Amino acid sequence: MSRKKDNYETSRWKKFKSWVDGETDPLDHGMEAHEAIPPREDIYDSAAHEKAVKEELSKIYGEDRRAVLRARGIRYFQRFYKVMSVVLCLGIIMVLLWTVASLPITGNASNPDNNEVAARYIEKGLQETGAVNIVTGMILDYRAFDTFGESCVLFIGSCCVLVLLRLDGDSKNESIRKMIAESDDRHFEPKNDIILQKCACVLVPIIMIFGVYIVLNGHLSPGGGFSGGAVLGSGLILYLNAFGYGKMGKMFTEKLYKRITLCALTFYCLAKSYSFFTGANHLESGIPLGTPGAILSSGLILPLNICVGLVVACTMYAFYTLFRKGGM
Amino acid sequence: MRLFECILLFSLIVCAMSVAFTKDLLTSIIIFMSYSLIMCIIWMILQSPDLAITEAAVGAGVTSILFFLTLKKIRAIRKEEGSEQEEG
Amino acid sequence: MDVSLVEHLLLNIEETVSIVLFGIGFTILLLHRNLIKKIMGMNIMDTATYLFLASKGYITGRAVPIVVDGIQDVSAYINPVPSGLVLTGIVVSVSTTALMLALTIRLYERYHSLDLDEILILAKEEEQI
Repeated sequence: MSRKKDNYETSRWKKFKSWVDGETDPLDHGMEAHEAIPPREDIYDSAAHEKAVKEELSKIYGEDRRAVLRARGIRYFQRFYKVMSVVLCLGIIMVLLWTVASLPITGNASNPDNNEVAARYIEKGLQETGAVNIVTGMILDYRAFDTFGESCVLFIGSCCVLVLLRLDGDSKNESIRKMIAESDDRHFEPKNDIILQKCACVLVPIIMIFGVYIVLNGHLSPGGGFSGGAVLGSGLILYLNAFGYGKMGKMFTEKLYKRITLCALTFYCLAKSYSFFTGANHLESGIPLGTPGAILSSGLILPLNICVGLVVACTMYAFYTLFRKGGM
Repeated sequence: MRLFECILLFSLIVCAMSVAFTKDLLTSIIIFMSYSLIMCIIWMILQSPDLAITEAAVGAGVTSILFFLTLKKIRAIRKEEGSEQEEG
Repeated sequence: MDVSLVEHLLLNIEETVSIVLFGIGFTILLLHRNLIKKIMGMNIMDTATYLFLASKGYITGRAVPIVVDGIQDVSAYINPVPSGLVLTGIVVSVSTTALMLALTIRLYERYHSLDLDEILILAKEEEQI
């Protein structure tokens, strides 16, 4: 067992060294994913082995007096840990409450955080961004670059979940294929659940229209890309639950997911990152702001809202499918 | 309105405490869901409907769905393990 | 002195509650050994922070920052800056939650346990082998 591991590590080190020296290309034999399979096998082998070793250990330790003492020590340590953590939490709460007691009173207009920044957003926001909803105007016009970073955080989060939970359907490894067959719970779901399907028939269009409304009216009423996207994603999840992967696969595939996310993020990036070239001053988009209150107003905010909404909806749906069966 | 807000804030603390003290994971997830919904109403009172909509869709909807799915996945693994042991 | 302290805490009731919630979340994070409970504690800490921020932006008697009838006076609307900050925070907290839950599933597949102490012991034994 251990020799196998050693072999693996040395070979990997060797490969890494040769790669650093510039002798070989690690991507020569396909992607690195193929290299990652051997340790995985290792893990599944070692599960049984581990159990045996654990039993042996427990046998030995059961007779050893020192182990009993150690176990007692661990118990004492755990009790000590609990007491200490409660004391620590209470201490933190006390210190923070003491701070809160000397903060200015909530709801007072002369509080120091209601300063000239907020006043400027409220007084000039409508003329400069064209958005009736000042919060949307703030996060998608004045601070649009922050929001771009946040959409990227969402995208990176979904990528990390993909790396952790994805099961490769084309893999030649037997155990992985077995895992796919086990995690594919399509045969568990009731095929003709009429109540769920009829409810979904009524609810899904309403949810979708509500989501689209929230996204498109982000600059006029409460809402915007994030909340509308989450509503759209939940609508997709409900549709998937009612009608199964067969019907969903025809409409929404992994390729489409990749394309939508990529296009939305690229458009957002292009639309907002040119401020770097203009000296990071206020952005002149060149699009007329229109009359405040109309749907087609406020320049770039509407397309940016749509982009954010698409990214969020796709990410929510991707989270669901990845958690459920490890793939789109 | 002030009284209503105080009641909501108090029930927020009660929900958080009961999340800490329930033994069953499913129950604590549902309590966490109701915690998010109470939070959503409090944001409506604090005059920020943007946050209320986002919290209702994201906090109460998507997060709890993810928790449920994790629980389901873990139960499936546990069941599989149990059946293997029976066979062995 | 003491009485005025408590009075002040009651006047700042949103902040007080958010601090208490933060403490509860922190306690869950430290004391519970179940990983899913720990993630919930983390989420409670998140929402407590958002409540603190949002209550800092609230001003009594003023309306939502959505321009109505062209009134653009500072004295009509609440502070929009904390709302924007919290809005971005909520969405990021979802993606971190999803990431933590995915890691939990992988850990369960590997060690067949949700107990952090057990997982640490098993990992240590594995190192020794």
